Amino acid sequence: MNVNQHTPMASPYGQPQPSFGQPGYAPLDGSYPAPYAPYNGPASAYQPGAPPQGPVRGPPTSGPPPVSAPQQYNQYSQSQGSMQNGPPRPTQAPPRPAVSQPYNQGAMNLSGPHPSYPQHYGPPSTMQQVTNQMTGMQITSGPPTAAGPGYAPPHSSQPPVSTGYSAAPQASYTQAPPPVSSAPTQPPPPSGPAAPQQYYSGPPSSSQQPFNSSLPPTSQQQQQFTSSVPPHPPPQQTLPPSSYSGPVPTQSQPPVPPVSQAQQSFPTPQPPFSSAPPPVSQSSFATGPPPSAPGSFPPQGPPPSSQPGSFPPPGPPLTSAPSCQYPGPMPPQQQPPPSQPSPYHSGHHPPRPQMPPTSMAQSNHLPPGPQGPAGPPGPLQQPPSQPGMQTGYPPQQNGAFGQVRGPQPGYSGPYPGQPNYGAPAPAPPAQKRLDPDAIPSPIQVIEDDKAKTTEPFTTGVRGQAPPLVTTNFQVQDQGNASPRFIRCTAYNMPCTADMAKQSQVPLAAVIKPLATLPPDEAPPLVVDHGESGPIRCNRCKAYMCPYMQFIEGGRRFQCGFCSCVTEVPPHYFQHLDHTGKRVDCYDRPELSLGSYEFLATVDYCKNNKLPPPPAFIFLIDVSYNAVKSGMVNIVCQELKTLLDCLPRENPEVESAVRVGFVTYNKVLHFYNVKSSLAQPQMMVVSDVSDMFVPLLDGFLVNVNESRQVIESLLDQIPEMFADTRETETVFGPVIQAGLEALKAADCAGKLFVFHTSLPIAEAPGKLKNREDKKLIGTDKEKSLFQPQVGFYSSLAKECVAQGCCVDLFLFPNQYVDVATLAVVPVSTGGSVYKYTYFQAQSDQERFLNDLRRDVQKLVGFDAVMRVRTSTGIRATDFFGSFYMSNTTDVELAGLDCDKAITVEFKHDDKLSEETGALMQCAVLYTSCSGQRRLRVHNMAVNCCSQLADLYRNCETDTIINYFSKYAFRGVLSNPTKAVRETLVNQCAQILACYRKNCASPSSAGQLILPECMKLLPVYLNCVLKSDVLLPGADVSLDDRAYLRQLISCMDVAESHVFFYPRLLPVMKLESGSLPVAVRDSEERLSKGGVYLLETGLHLFLWVGASVQQELLLNIFGTPSFSQIDSNVTSLPVLDNPISQALRELIYSFRAQRSRYMKLMVVKQEDRAELIFRHFLVEDKSASGGASYVDFLCHMHKEIRQLLS
Amino acid sequence: MTTFPEYIAQNEERDGVRFSWNVWPSSRLEATRMVVPVAALFTPLKERTDLPPIQYEPVLCSRATCRAVLNPLCQVDYRAKLWACNFCYQRNQRGPQMPLVFLYVVDTCMEDEDLQALKESLQMSLSLLPPTALVGLITFGRMVQVHELGCEGISKSYVFRGTKDLNAKQLQEMLGLTKPSAAQGRGPQAAPQQSFNRFLQPVQKIDMNLTDLLGELQRDPWPVTQGKRPLRSLGVAMSIAVGLLECTFPNTGARIMTFIGGPATQGPGMVVGDELKTPIRSWHDIEKDNAKFMKKATKHYESLANRASSNGHIIDIYACALDQTGLLEMKCCTNYTGGYMVMADSFNTSLFKQTFQRVFTKDVQGSFKMAFAATLEIKTSREIKVSGAIGPCVSLNAKGPCVSENEIGTGGTCQWKVCGLDPSTTLALYFEVVNQHNAPIPQGGRGAIQFVTQYQHSSGQRRIRVTTTARNWADAQTQIQSIAASFDQEAAAILMARLAVYRAETEEGPDVLRWLDRQLIRLVGEHTCRVSATIDPNRKQLIPVFVFSVRSLVFNNSPDESSYYRHHFNRQDLTQALIMIQPVLYAYSFNGPPEPVLLDSSSILPDRILLMDTFFQILIYHGETVAQWRKAGYQDMPEYENFKHLLQAPVDDAQELLHTRFPMPRYIDTEHGGSQVRLYLHHLRSRGVTSAQRQCDIINNFPVQTLLFAPVPTPIHTCRHDQQVKSFLLLLFSGSLPALQSEPLPDPQQHVHLGAGKTLTCNL
Repeated sequence: MNVNQHTPMASPYGQPQPSFGQPGYAPLDGSYPAPYAPYNGPASAYQPGAPPQGPVRGPPTSGPPPVSAPQQYNQYSQSQGSMQNGPPRPTQAPPRPAVSQPYNQGAMNLSGPHPSYPQHYGPPSTMQQVTNQMTGMQITSGPPTAAGPGYAPPHSSQPPVSTGYSAAPQASYTQAPPPVSSAPTQPPPPSGPAAPQQYYSGPPSSSQQPFNSSLPPTSQQQQQFTSSVPPHPPPQQTLPPSSYSGPVPTQSQPPVPPVSQAQQSFPTPQPPFSSAPPPVSQSSFATGPPPSAPGSFPPQGPPPSSQPGSFPPPGPPLTSAPSCQYPGPMPPQQQPPPSQPSPYHSGHHPPRPQMPPTSMAQSNHLPPGPQGPAGPPGPLQQPPSQPGMQTGYPPQQNGAFGQVRGPQPGYSGPYPGQPNYGAPAPAPPAQKRLDPDAIPSPIQVIEDDKAKTTEPFTTGVRGQAPPLVTTNFQVQDQGNASPRFIRCTAYNMPCTADMAKQSQVPLAAVIKPLATLPPDEAPPLVVDHGESGPIRCNRCKAYMCPYMQFIEGGRRFQCGFCSCVTEVPPHYFQHLDHTGKRVDCYDRPELSLGSYEFLATVDYCKNNKLPPPPAFIFLIDVSYNAVKSGMVNIVCQELKTLLDCLPRENPEVESAVRVGFVTYNKVLHFYNVKSSLAQPQMMVVSDVSDMFVPLLDGFLVNVNESRQVIESLLDQIPEMFADTRETETVFGPVIQAGLEALKAADCAGKLFVFHTSLPIAEAPGKLKNREDKKLIGTDKEKSLFQPQVGFYSSLAKECVAQGCCVDLFLFPNQYVDVATLAVVPVSTGGSVYKYTYFQAQSDQERFLNDLRRDVQKLVGFDAVMRVRTSTGIRATDFFGSFYMSNTTDVELAGLDCDKAITVEFKHDDKLSEETGALMQCAVLYTSCSGQRRLRVHNMAVNCCSQLADLYRNCETDTIINYFSKYAFRGVLSNPTKAVRETLVNQCAQILACYRKNCASPSSAGQLILPECMKLLPVYLNCVLKSDVLLPGADVSLDDRAYLRQLISCMDVAESHVFFYPRLLPVMKLESGSLPVAVRDSEERLSKGGVYLLETGLHLFLWVGASVQQELLLNIFGTPSFSQIDSNVTSLPVLDNPISQALRELIYSFRAQRSRYMKLMVVKQEDRAELIFRHFLVEDKSASGGASYVDFLCHMHKEIRQLLS
Repeated sequence: MTTFPEYIAQNEERDGVRFSWNVWPSSRLEATRMVVPVAALFTPLKERTDLPPIQYEPVLCSRATCRAVLNPLCQVDYRAKLWACNFCYQRNQRGPQMPLVFLYVVDTCMEDEDLQALKESLQMSLSLLPPTALVGLITFGRMVQVHELGCEGISKSYVFRGTKDLNAKQLQEMLGLTKPSAAQGRGPQAAPQQSFNRFLQPVQKIDMNLTDLLGELQRDPWPVTQGKRPLRSLGVAMSIAVGLLECTFPNTGARIMTFIGGPATQGPGMVVGDELKTPIRSWHDIEKDNAKFMKKATKHYESLANRASSNGHIIDIYACALDQTGLLEMKCCTNYTGGYMVMADSFNTSLFKQTFQRVFTKDVQGSFKMAFAATLEIKTSREIKVSGAIGPCVSLNAKGPCVSENEIGTGGTCQWKVCGLDPSTTLALYFEVVNQHNAPIPQGGRGAIQFVTQYQHSSGQRRIRVTTTARNWADAQTQIQSIAASFDQEAAAILMARLAVYRAETEEGPDVLRWLDRQLIRLVGEHTCRVSATIDPNRKQLIPVFVFSVRSLVFNNSPDESSYYRHHFNRQDLTQALIMIQPVLYAYSFNGPPEPVLLDSSSILPDRILLMDTFFQILIYHGETVAQWRKAGYQDMPEYENFKHLLQAPVDDAQELLHTRFPMPRYIDTEHGGSQVRLYLHHLRSRGVTSAQRQCDIINNFPVQTLLFAPVPTPIHTCRHDQQVKSFLLLLFSGSLPALQSEPLPDPQQHVHLGAGKTLTCNL
């Protein structure tokens, strides 16, 4: 694959290509052997290659294809090396730039052939094919303008790489296709599947190649490969091109010629692969590589550095013109491809046919088994892919993507380690992923954005995309809503529906109306327009905002949304200045800011009556399980103090929120805690079939007035039910009870339901156990996500009408049917918390923190949200936790500061580039003190008539947020498989459209990604393999339903980290600074390292098996790995900088998320590591999810299909 | 030989039985012609201090094939309460000591003053209960709350919607009472104690707790908007009370004591809607079929009454409100179960307070004067069969050779269940002589009737009382005189009255009236023709008077009042019942000691004080002069101490009555021109029918409405009643009743027993 970067890039990369070519490696080889070894951890292999590449690259720029390729490899390897060793220095600094560069290159050329997406999944192992494909793939990030400047430089560097890659990669890519054809032959069986992987791994393929090349060297690999290898040798020569093929089956070696050879070779190799050996081989690789890797590292180290050096230079040019870069890269790529392609194609194709798309797919699927074998092929594949991919990717990655980085920081350490630990397991994956470093790295993008963002973000400029959610930045409201409130998928919307349809880019906004702002940003100001209420447009009812144009000397204003002219009421009149602005423009928030609040008048209240303060009702399950798990006791104890922290707007005043208490099992117990009572009264309602509230006075009370009675009650509840033997529970009546209580008090409010089990007791809303694993994967699977009974839907409707928000805390020991129980919370804007197998000791902290936060956070009640837009577009679809009774009003019984609503827009007319597109989100709600308010957020974006502008102003994180919500809702009505396919298709269309309309012409084998969307594939893959869409065997239906609803109201930051967890090396923590994250792949973990991984829901501390004693001592207080207690949920408080910094870090992570993350300590090779690995989303998942590399190849194939 | 009156008195004293005829006509034909059937008023628990009860019921071996009786040769393990049968070696549990159960069902929809008074009464009652008695508390208003007793630190209650009826099984589940089944394996004794003890606990254990609980009772908190009645879920509350006892203490003596401050306004058993503008049904509405809740409510309460009675549980109703509360609909609850029905204006009256207190009266042994879950069985000699019973009982549907096909009252059985008994509870039992005319009974033959009453004594023991009576047969052809002489017109009057009341309950009003009039005419005619010549006229003439009075008892007042009066009439013994239909009047003056005077307006003299006892009311009337004297304050002057004594005398006598009567009568002190005089006059008029002149006076001098004004102000049937009174009077005085017409004033030698045995001579 070639990453088409600027020529400069190309050149450097070009060099890598050579590296790809075994020759290249060979040179490295000096290092080769070593590299391969490292490759086991693919990296290692790369590394070896890299060093040489580095040097090569320099020159290669010009000599893009071949030379560059090797160089690239070198680079990669270097980078990798750097990552491992070098990670520290060269890489990082340079890497980033590089990264950016890669972006430019962005576009990845994947030899289209791999239709076998599935294969990827299955076959990931079939790295060969993948690699083949990958070879075809070029990541030409170039286009992405955004990255442009920063990236440019890197690109420049990358370009070289790309060039190099392109040379090689293209060849490889082209090969890739061939592989397909050849696949049959080559991969015959396993290789087929393997092939795809290989493609993906393409880049890694380089490593594979190394392997191949190295393979021979490494005894083990050789052994495996040997079979295949034999042929390879020859291919290797062709390495550059064949690299792909080469990798795949050593065949790659035969690359160019290989085609034929490859094919031939493949067959042979494959068999072997298929044979058990593969796995072994992997392991062997690992082992093998490690040693080599280390060896290679040193060399690599230097190379990288050198590369970096080279990068900078290229950078400038890039910076100047990203677009140029594209072209730049493109050409190189193209060039290489042609030459290579043919061979590859020939070679690959043959193999592919077998493996090919379909076959591959199948094979892939089947392959899982095969994958095993694939594993071995993996290596092979990798090699091949590497050649291709590497050539292409490496450059990119090197330049742009985090490869370097990954390696750099943590990796450097880890890598060395990796080989070690990777030996067994890691190695294989590594091998498979031919060269993850070559493909767009999320980490790199994130870091670049951080680096780029130095100034506060001002919202005054229309259509300006804000920094990423992962970046810390300050916002200045200058007329548009802060990105903390609204994030759009596109800040430059297509003018016409046709364009929008063509691009397939979703036009959506993720709105978090009550988002909490950092302390240094002022909350929305409150505006009072007096008794007549907020001033609004006469026609569309839009609220006064900066987009209203005052005319006729200020006597009227024209609505920015519908153009209607409205009289200015006398009390609001103000003169205009010479620019046509009102003189008081800056004195009035509604004329100058993007976000503000109006005080609502009585007209905006239910029944035209100002609402009373809301109430909180705590409904606690006291059945046997609840008591036994300790939940009841914990809740009661906690409430005693928590009740002092009820939300209030003014900290000086006591909260106006009233509270009430209910306990229940299969009957309900209400409590009268009236302040005048000497002791609380318990009222049991056992007639649950027709729920009612047995008391009026004394149920909802002011905490301070009834404190004694409440405390007495909370003391007694655990005692009263200590000996309960009641195991059955009800659920519907519980919510009904809360609802009825609020109705009786005529107020809005929130129910906190603490529930343990499936409500099987005879009552409305009774459920039965319907968990049926057999349905998973069938067309009936969707029914499992749908509520079991209609009861809760209608109950939810009633709740919404009353403003009764339900928060559900679940403590299940078995199936509780979250899909059904969550209906009410989800429809009322509530939250669901789930603590499976809750145990007081270990889960108490998480639960209590969640509870505290949930109780204390600011909530708006009885809310209605309306999104108005300027003529031309219209809000058509909404995603989130709410209820809609018509098509425009989003009704939220409760809306808290963590809830986001995703709104999709569609054209209903043309937009104008001049006026852009406006949207105004108005939320009417009752504050926790009972004040009725209107929060208004305004947002203006640009409109474009050129698709390129659209692609230049997109935000991938937001798109993913939309996609995930769209898909997760889709599973309600469609088979998950169809949902996945739809996602992939749309994504492919987006990218294909870009490629077709915006990217410079280039080989079809190139994968060219828009700069802004270069992470789309990796993130999308994460969505696709999420537990909801692709569950593993151990994922319960409840978990899936739980996650499904959880996503539905996530904002962009949360969905981002949820899908692409943050993985931080914490070996060298310094207080106050955050280490650079590494990519979510096992390869990136060093056996000697300690890593912190957070997903927003989980927090893992992974400890390598060979961590230095000192570090262990510092963190855990024990020097022995074996003595680390993996059951602890908090780290010991030790007086040393590392411990302190780590605990601070954990603390800060937790503080950032809306839910408390329980710390899990995972020891390497511990059983719990399986869980941890699940979150290494760039790797192939246990449930069959593709690795990033595999998926990218698949994506490429899809795109190519669309283009052809 | 003693006279018949003496004989009758002796028999009553000894057996608690009074027959309408003490010599029975020996054939069916003859008996039929007697108009008044052979019938008896039977007071099962007639107080007898000389009866030594066996201290335990006969204990039988539990093996069905053995049934040997516990005897001194059996081995008894006192600790384990086991005994081994010495015949079959079966090990037997000793019969359980039956607990007494008192379940309070308390309305909370009432004024604070009322509620406070009620709470105090209830708290007081706790101290009157034996320590081992079980008590429970159910309160209701808009919701129904079953209170769990003996909870520390928190008071618990189970709450039910007031609009939804629950069957016993549902209730059992909802109260968590289903566990006994699991525990039953451990023996019958263990089971009950475990399951119900949350709601029904021994007084000694939860005395304080319940006192506090009652003290904290609040008025029903749900807001009552203007123009509405509070929502009162009486029907469901009673249903729950019945259900609770049903599943915890079946066939064990228990009292459900219901205190209500108004009509049920929602749910099953509601008798009126919550709109104040719609008044509660009147007789008028009922006639017009305009009482839309009545039938449904009646059905509801009937089913409750049947459930309760079949389990041996008593339902008492204490209704204290100014308006009607639905006693009409609920009457079966008390009537079927032998419970008390008490009606007053407010819980904050001595009427209620003292009545309630009197429920817990104890005998010399310290046991309550009440018995539970009784069955009455009747055995007869073969010439006579039992037709039925009228009184606070239900049929047990026991067929037998002595059951007559001709039903009167609750018939078709020889066994009845009487869930609640007190020493004055009296059943009317009707018999039929079945001996054919052509099968003469030998001279001196006697017919025998045995009353077997099994009941649970308030000490917890089960007891049996057997009363056997025998009467001579006589041939009406030849011995009509002796038969006539044996006629007990008091008993006959009451028996006829009960029959009339019973019919009134079950038939259309006009029909009953016609029947009553016809019976009266037949009786009088019969006596005139055949009997009157031979018997003491003084002893016969009471009949018409009584029967007429019954008319007012049956067809007067508001529906609730009628139900109330009938209830008491149907359960009181003869003496009390007589007072009910024929009030007694005493005159106090300086002219001599207090003397009974005519129940007639002629008895009203300026210098007299009159004391009238109508059973439900006790009125003291000061004549015009006396009233003036009193107003002038003479009684406070030492020189007029005799006047003071005069004033005090009737008051003292009234107190005497007040203290012994159950329910306590309404006590009214009025004077000439006083507002309550109407009441007084009302009784004089409606009952003083022996003086035609005066009667006419009264009829002519007072407007009909005033004339018929009821103690509780709901004039009903005024016109019709007026007509009937007049027509009846015409009938009486038109000559068709010559016996009466020609008779001088009735002889005043009628002995009436009042309450504590004070015997007054009543001059009628």
